[in-house]
Amino acid sequence: MADRAATPSPQGRDRAGAEIYRAIHASPEFQALRRRYRAFAFPATAAFLAWYLLYVVLSNWASGFMSLRLVGNVNVALVLGLLQFVSTFAIAWLYARFADRELDPVAQQIERRYDEENGR
Amino acid sequence: MSSQLLTTTLFLIVVAATIAVTVWASRQTAGANDYYAGGRSFSAFQNGLAIGGDYMSAASFLGISGAIALFGYDGFLYSIGFLVAWLVALLLVAELVRNSGRYTMADQLAYRMRQRPVRTAAAISTVVVSIFYLLAQMVGAGSLVALLLGVQDGALQTLVIVCVGMLMIFYVTVGGMKGTTWVQIIKAVLLMTGTLLITFLVLWEFGFDFSSLLAAAAERTGKGDALLQPGLRYGSTLTSQIDFLSLSLGLVLGTAGLPHILIRFYTVPTGRDARKSVLWAIGLIGSFYLMTLVLGFGAAALLDTGPGSAVATSGGNLASPLLAEAVGGGAGSTGGAVLLALIAAVAFATILAVVAGLTLTSASSVAHDLYASVIKRGAASEKAEVRAARLAAFAIGAVAIVLAIPAQRLNIAFLVALAFAVAASANLPSIVYNLFWPRFNTRGATWSIYGGLTTCVTLVFFSPVVSGADNALFPGGDWAWFPLSNPGIVSIPCGFLLGYLGTVSAREPSAEDAFRELEVRALTGAGSEPGGSPARAPAVGPLEPVTE
Repeated sequence: MADRAATPSPQGRDRAGAEIYRAIHASPEFQALRRRYRAFAFPATAAFLAWYLLYVVLSNWASGFMSLRLVGNVNVALVLGLLQFVSTFAIAWLYARFADRELDPVAQQIERRYDEENGR
Repeated sequence: MSSQLLTTTLFLIVVAATIAVTVWASRQTAGANDYYAGGRSFSAFQNGLAIGGDYMSAASFLGISGAIALFGYDGFLYSIGFLVAWLVALLLVAELVRNSGRYTMADQLAYRMRQRPVRTAAAISTVVVSIFYLLAQMVGAGSLVALLLGVQDGALQTLVIVCVGMLMIFYVTVGGMKGTTWVQIIKAVLLMTGTLLITFLVLWEFGFDFSSLLAAAAERTGKGDALLQPGLRYGSTLTSQIDFLSLSLGLVLGTAGLPHILIRFYTVPTGRDARKSVLWAIGLIGSFYLMTLVLGFGAAALLDTGPGSAVATSGGNLASPLLAEAVGGGAGSTGGAVLLALIAAVAFATILAVVAGLTLTSASSVAHDLYASVIKRGAASEKAEVRAARLAAFAIGAVAIVLAIPAQRLNIAFLVALAFAVAASANLPSIVYNLFWPRFNTRGATWSIYGGLTTCVTLVFFSPVVSGADNALFPGGDWAWFPLSNPGIVSIPCGFLLGYLGTVSAREPSAEDAFRELEVRALTGAGSEPGGSPARAPAVGPLEPVTE
């Protein structure tokens, strides 16, 4: 703790700023923003990790199922692999759209408020 | 011979272009913000390209297509982990790190912790991860250039390693982050263009029918359906299956903890741009890996990949270059020679861009974390700090050259996997805890970093990679008791557990005020480092510290 006080944070953190941050953190707008972000990011992370691990486990221990042919020479393994690409692109796109619409307007508003109160 | 001349000419053109860009970038580099973060003036698209240029190493370009050519589906499995991993960076890391940090991975930890212990730990981990990765790339460069020029000569390989090392020192000391970023952008464009061209030509050969490409690959290799199914590489013993699971965990969780990826997020004006640059990167990297699928099966279908063939003896590394020659009209034809030289130059540019990014990352951390914060306790002038970064780049480059020369005869594939495993076990836990757990503290951070790092390196030391197997580093000795080559399945939970135990066992007063600040800053960008305008003129006169 003494160490931290002795070395001023190189991030430009100061005491007046601390009051503004505290007020913003307590504001309902910020609490809602945080809730909204977490409600998307946490379940999405859990979902894609579980889906990826399922795929790895199937590749390891379900080779019979994975080698079933679907179309021509394309088998289940290949389709599931390509679906990993599809789901990655889809989650990225959904998150981008969600952040643009639901997060950025509130975040920008809070950032402006901080800049005004901080006299920037 | 004419093909070698063409290859050499294209190499020299790549080198000349990157040197010119570096010199140009150096004229626009005035202070620490420019040197470490490229003035935070790159657009999201430019940074997305640079992230791709930083991430898609020669191991991906030559290694994955080669692995698909030799092992079919199992090679493809590998690339999926590399892509899915980007969602961790997108959802949990990129934007928040850009908003709460400044130049290095340690910055966002130091935000609410005791500076010196956390910065020391983060700097050590950064340098270790980067050196593992760097060695793999440099040794790869030596053997690759020798293979492509068709000369199997130890002295030539050493010469190539020294030249690559000197070029990377030049990019980083002279051009800083701006020079390095432009080298990575050039490389990404070359790599995507080259790969797209070869993919198109391969699909053309098969009338754009992917299924018949698969059939031809299965037939030509004589492996039949096994080529298209899991199991050729990672086998069917329980140990090798668990090893593969362990590798997958390291890949998917490692990317977002790689220091050279994290510092790329600082080069854009805002956290929103950092998010958008990851979106571009996901698009680029995803399409690139889809194309390596065509290249790999194309090589299996069109080339001889049997035992003793050039593809097999190079461990798959020559699959893409030889495939380019084949679809260009075959060996001896002009088209074949041109495409072979083109792909060789792309591979060379790939290596240069990745090693430059790694050297810059280590140098930044040594100068910003160790020199300016730990040794000088924040009292170093900006000028002295940038000078220290340039010196550090020189020293790290020299160390990498010296280590890479004797490392040439070693099996290097495990170095990349090890770098990912350390990043996942030591760096990711501390980053995630720091961003989301109010109680996390200095002891938790140092325990998770040192603990994850030590567990990883120790387990690898006692694994069959180092001793006890025919292809081990020390085939003569046998002290292996850990059965897996990839430590992730043990070391990643260890990193998280130690971070938890360190935190709850410390008597440190909790820094929840600082955490609230961090949270507001990370999620909204309020008070984060301001971005530079794209066309900022170089500063004149004495440099002012950039703190507001």
